[in-house]
Amino acid sequence: MFLINCPYCGERDQSEFSAGGEAHIIRPKQPTELSDDQWAEYLFMRKNIKGVQFERWNHAHGCRKWFNMVRDTSNDKIHAVYKMGEKPPIK
Amino acid sequence: MSKNLRITNNKFIDQTTRISFKFDGKTLYGFKGDTLASALLANNIHLVGRSFKYHRPRGIMTCGSEEPNAIVQLGNDPSMTEPNTRATEIELYEGLEASSQNCWPSVKFDIGAVNNFFSPLLPAAFYYKTFMWPANFWKLYEYFIRKSAGLGKSPTEPDKDIYDHRYLHCDVLVVGGGISGIMAAKTAAKNNFNTVLIDDKNILGGNTLFQQNECFKINNSYSNEWLKKEISTLNLFKNLNIKTRTSLAAYHSYNYLLARENLTDHLDFNEKKNKIRQRLWKIRAKKVIIATGAIERPLIFNNNDRPGIILSSSIKKYIDYYGVKCGQKISLFTNNDSAYETAISLSNSGVKVNSLIDIRDKTNSLIVTQAEKLGIKIHWKSTVVNTNGYKKINSIEIMKLSDDGTAVVESKTKEQCDCLGISGGWTPRVHLFTQSGGKLKFRDEDNVFLPDKSDLDQISIGSCNGDFELDDVIKNSVNLTNKFLKVNNNDYEKLEIISSKEIDKKNIWLLPSDKPLGKTKPFLDFQNDSTANDVKLALREGFKSIEHVKRYTTTGMATDQGKLSNMHALGIIAETAGVKMGELGTTTFRPPYTPLTFGAIVGRNVGKFFDITRKTPIHDWHVENKAEFENVGQWKRAWYYPKDNENMYDAVQRESKAARDSAGILDASTLGKIDIQGSDASEFLNRVYTNAWSKLEIGKCRYGLMLNEDGMVYDDGVTTRLSENHYLMTTTTGGAANVLSKLEDYLQTEWPELDVYLTSVTDHYGTVSICGPNSKKILSKLIPDLDLSDKKFPHMSFKSALIDNIKCRVMRISFTGEHSYEINIQSSYAKSVWEKCFEAGKEFNITPYGTETMHLLRAEKGFIIAGQDTDGTMTPVDLQMDWIISKKKYDFIGKRSLYRSDTIREDRKQLVGLLTENPNEILEEGAQIVAKTNKKPIEMLGHVTSSYFSPNLNKSIALAVVKNGKKLKGQKMFVPMKNKTINVTITDTVFLDKENKRLNA
Ligand SMILES: [Zn+2]
Repeated sequence: MFLINCPYCGERDQSEFSAGGEAHIIRPKQPTELSDDQWAEYLFMRKNIKGVQFERWNHAHGCRKWFNMVRDTSNDKIHAVYKMGEKPPIK
Repeated sequence: MSKNLRITNNKFIDQTTRISFKFDGKTLYGFKGDTLASALLANNIHLVGRSFKYHRPRGIMTCGSEEPNAIVQLGNDPSMTEPNTRATEIELYEGLEASSQNCWPSVKFDIGAVNNFFSPLLPAAFYYKTFMWPANFWKLYEYFIRKSAGLGKSPTEPDKDIYDHRYLHCDVLVVGGGISGIMAAKTAAKNNFNTVLIDDKNILGGNTLFQQNECFKINNSYSNEWLKKEISTLNLFKNLNIKTRTSLAAYHSYNYLLARENLTDHLDFNEKKNKIRQRLWKIRAKKVIIATGAIERPLIFNNNDRPGIILSSSIKKYIDYYGVKCGQKISLFTNNDSAYETAISLSNSGVKVNSLIDIRDKTNSLIVTQAEKLGIKIHWKSTVVNTNGYKKINSIEIMKLSDDGTAVVESKTKEQCDCLGISGGWTPRVHLFTQSGGKLKFRDEDNVFLPDKSDLDQISIGSCNGDFELDDVIKNSVNLTNKFLKVNNNDYEKLEIISSKEIDKKNIWLLPSDKPLGKTKPFLDFQNDSTANDVKLALREGFKSIEHVKRYTTTGMATDQGKLSNMHALGIIAETAGVKMGELGTTTFRPPYTPLTFGAIVGRNVGKFFDITRKTPIHDWHVENKAEFENVGQWKRAWYYPKDNENMYDAVQRESKAARDSAGILDASTLGKIDIQGSDASEFLNRVYTNAWSKLEIGKCRYGLMLNEDGMVYDDGVTTRLSENHYLMTTTTGGAANVLSKLEDYLQTEWPELDVYLTSVTDHYGTVSICGPNSKKILSKLIPDLDLSDKKFPHMSFKSALIDNIKCRVMRISFTGEHSYEINIQSSYAKSVWEKCFEAGKEFNITPYGTETMHLLRAEKGFIIAGQDTDGTMTPVDLQMDWIISKKKYDFIGKRSLYRSDTIREDRKQLVGLLTENPNEILEEGAQIVAKTNKKPIEMLGHVTSSYFSPNLNKSIALAVVKNGKKLKGQKMFVPMKNKTINVTITDTVFLDKENKRLNA
């Protein structure tokens, strides 16, 4: 079980959190102007990387804040956590 | 107790306190401090079980958690009996009762033992090959296999014991209280780390605790005396928490570990009472030091499984620690130096050692020389080729090994013995290290897998890290610990250590015999009864992967997870297949390290604590009025209120009729309620609902449909504008938590610029819903000064009011199609307001109704229930609710998806009404709908989502989703059931009051 460093609360057990899929997918500002393919790209297509991945997490049983996490899916190492809207500290 | 099997000068267990216990019904005696195994051995009982497949007699083989044979059933209380416990780990207490498993009718006469004579018929995967075909015979086979294999009896009644869970956070966790663990824990504590030291035994010290041998000395005293002094200093440290009888079960990522502490298992029945039996510790450690030691390996030779064949180091522990002789004439068989320690211990305690059979050429280490000095006879370069004795070993056959070790030569000598100690070297306990995700490396020199790379903050020290000699253990443990903790503890720097060094090493995985391989029984996995021959057969049959061989032969798959057998299986596979062991890899060790009781796993989460139960503030009234309840998520909701001897159908018919004829009252408190405030609240609602919200007047309510971004209906409910920037949203009962999370997600991540605040207020308010033509009269009695005229208080509007000085929010909204009010009151007043409503409604025969009637009433009106009539594949258009989609709004969640090529398909499944040809025929929810019944295969066009008999229409009605349903109105369809086919017609979804006249009645 991970130990996650919530950017608002500090280190907490993974059981307090829920995962929310890939991070940095911005909802299109003008969806009506997109083709079916472009909209489908936003709606359905997600990466599933073996290695370093950018993810959204929610401190659901805590401060309820969403934040981002850089995690290596091959060994579950969490390289960074950062607030929504912030640039990832790692490329 | 056979007195001659105890030595009396033993100082480790309390030989003054005699304890009586029962094994297989017979009363026996042991001492306080004994394990069940040591007490049995002291009573000269070796035979404790039968093997799984061949039902061969099996005896105690070890002294610890790796025990494969001495698996017993503990106790016979139907609620507390425990199967598959290891006799080597059970501490003896007064009144203990245990019995052998896996033998029927008794351990001495076992019917299954005929398998042993037919064993050529029981090769690897015998069960797979034979009992798999024909498949429907399995029922028969299973009965016999289970009956004669018998892996213990499960308790038949609920466990009466109390179990517990606790969290523990520490800087350093040391697992294992042997010599290296003790030194590491002391170093950590001394340097101010908050330290926890756990050990599965009842006392610290590991194998050094009873090591009194001239060849292993520290500062001129026996190593056990030196260690005893170290242990006595540990309680000086307030920051060192020592937990004995605590076994580490699992090691997960991020140094999260589970340990089971046995609190009362060693106590007698009176002391156990009302105490917590076991506690599961959930440990989060900043740093972990694994010092779990090593397991002695057996040797693999013909008939190596007879009772009386015991690991050499265990014989040493039984004599040195428990003062128990495993036999009177003991032979020892080894490939390394450690059996010599046993020989010396036995000899010092006056037990005759017949001889030592060593597969190596003559070697001259300190300890070997010591043994020779004591006059112990050694057969160099020899092997045991066979053992004899059915229920207990009585002799062994010895032959010389050829130079290359693959065959035996010269003549056979027979040696009488009543016990054979075996030692095949040592296997580091790397189980926890691999559980944590660590990778192993292989050391060719002595054939061991050792901890290599790990991503976690942890180290392994001592013999679990491959150090088997006292000076190495101390030196390397100290260095590794200092480096790991970044400290410089020099307490152990100047120790004078005497340690015998092993000079020669030799290993033969499968020892040769004078008989051909097919005629021998060299057991690998004692518990699952697989032999070296089985593994070889699997390889001949084409299995290559170790994981496949393991499953095919079941080697290493018993409750001991092959703690004794895995290395030999790997070795034999590598040798036979001609690959290097390091390249072959090893199988995965999975948690738990030793089996956990279900009680320890669930802790306090049993009975009513298994899950949260949510009750409305009006719950007690429903109970008093004999409601039946249904579970809706975690909520208990009143389902229906049977009168006299009514069944559910009759109650629901009566309630439904009453609600439309006069007045009904429903507890709607479970509906999700979200308080929405902020200057952008209207804009926010615009974005999350499909319809427009900006123009909703203050004091008005509106129904909204919420979609997922994929355009599918997610939730629905009525939202009320309480003031300019303040709304109260209601959601479905089951969807409340998810809707809040989803809204928070959008607010925090997509639209952080919006000034909106969300608060869940579901539990803050109780909701009383009164509906029916007399609801207005009832409300006017309760709130006489409120103008209830359609003009002042129209449908879909809201008023603040007082009922006997209790503040209420009254919404005129309807889920039944009747004139109806929902009164929201602070929870603590909800029951009182409900009672006032009920009292006021008595003259109108106000009828309490439950969820079932609510569902029926709304179905008459064709109102959907999100989650019943929708399933995550229905768009609002599919539901024929096009009217709720704003054409003007630029965007809302899910809008773009409503005109994807797939969502605009005309032949999607759409919500329709269904009427049965026979109005008394009620469809089954979930039943399939077809257009034709003759041509096969029949195309399934859809299914029934809601179905009831409507007492108000006096006919059966149903909602359904049907492919292209919108266009099929009036068409005849069929619902094929098991015994008949029901004729139906597709209709509109609204069955009652299409003009909505009743809303304003
Ligand atoms: Zn937080």
